[in-house]
Amino acid sequence: MAEAAAVSHGHGTGTGLSNNKLLMWTFLGSECLLFGGLISTYLIYRSRFGDGPAPGDIFDIPFTSVSSFVLLMSSLTMVLALSALQRGDIRNNRIWLLTTALLGALFIGGQVYEFTTFLREGLGYTTSPFSSAFFTLTGFHGVHVSLGIVMLMSLLISSFRGTLTKERSETVEIVGLYWHFVDVVWIFIFTVIYLVPSPTS
Amino acid sequence: MSTATAEHVDSQDEAHHHPSDRKYVQIAIILAIVTALEVGTYWMESVPGEVLIPVLMLMMVYKFFYVAAWFMHLRFDSPMFTKFFVVGLILATIVYGIMLTVFEFWHKG
Repeated sequence: MAEAAAVSHGHGTGTGLSNNKLLMWTFLGSECLLFGGLISTYLIYRSRFGDGPAPGDIFDIPFTSVSSFVLLMSSLTMVLALSALQRGDIRNNRIWLLTTALLGALFIGGQVYEFTTFLREGLGYTTSPFSSAFFTLTGFHGVHVSLGIVMLMSLLISSFRGTLTKERSETVEIVGLYWHFVDVVWIFIFTVIYLVPSPTS
Repeated sequence: MSTATAEHVDSQDEAHHHPSDRKYVQIAIILAIVTALEVGTYWMESVPGEVLIPVLMLMMVYKFFYVAAWFMHLRFDSPMFTKFFVVGLILATIVYGIMLTVFEFWHKG
């Protein structure tokens, strides 16, 4: 058991680094290619909105700005959860993990509201190449946030079972890496898709 | 213990030393201010795109690397992790830069 923990922290690996962390960073590097493809496709198709609503007419920047702020602040609560566990402060670790999951859920709630508003205004998934690219990109990001919430809830359950201790803080660190990555991808999406002036009809 | 070994031990210690909660809050405040500045550009309709877009890109890159360096601990962890991430980033930039060029994205503006 102790030997396994040592290997997971990189003391017994060939590189001297944690295999789990290295795997997560490799995964995140590959995720850059996935989101790069989705963002590029959106950029190519954003002017092809046909008879449907144009991006510049339909985006609600003040609303999306609040959602972006919520996700950005969830990165802070995530890192505070890790910091608490590294100090052995289980109570604060649970509070910050729960806060992060709630902020993530709030972001997803905002996205669901945005999607339903767009649908009501006549922008469906197959309305135009622009709408397909937009819903695919933001939907994929939403799925990533949702998976992150599932991971955070799993960590909370582990904590209440007593298996998430200071010695196993690397697990929180790895989930944190995933969560922060989802945040940095949104930093990119928010600027490129929403803030850069979009075509209007 | 030689100087080189001592330096190695120091860098190992530093690698495991993460910032304080106070520092994390300070970073979050900076990120929030930059986000507010980004959002503020939405109401600056008189600013031409040639100026606005590079400014937005600069703020985006600043936020991106700030989160990666501080919250994802790339600043403190082994450079190997940075290499794995940056390779993915560079590869994505090259591949999709070529894709956008092929689709004449830059000509359309």
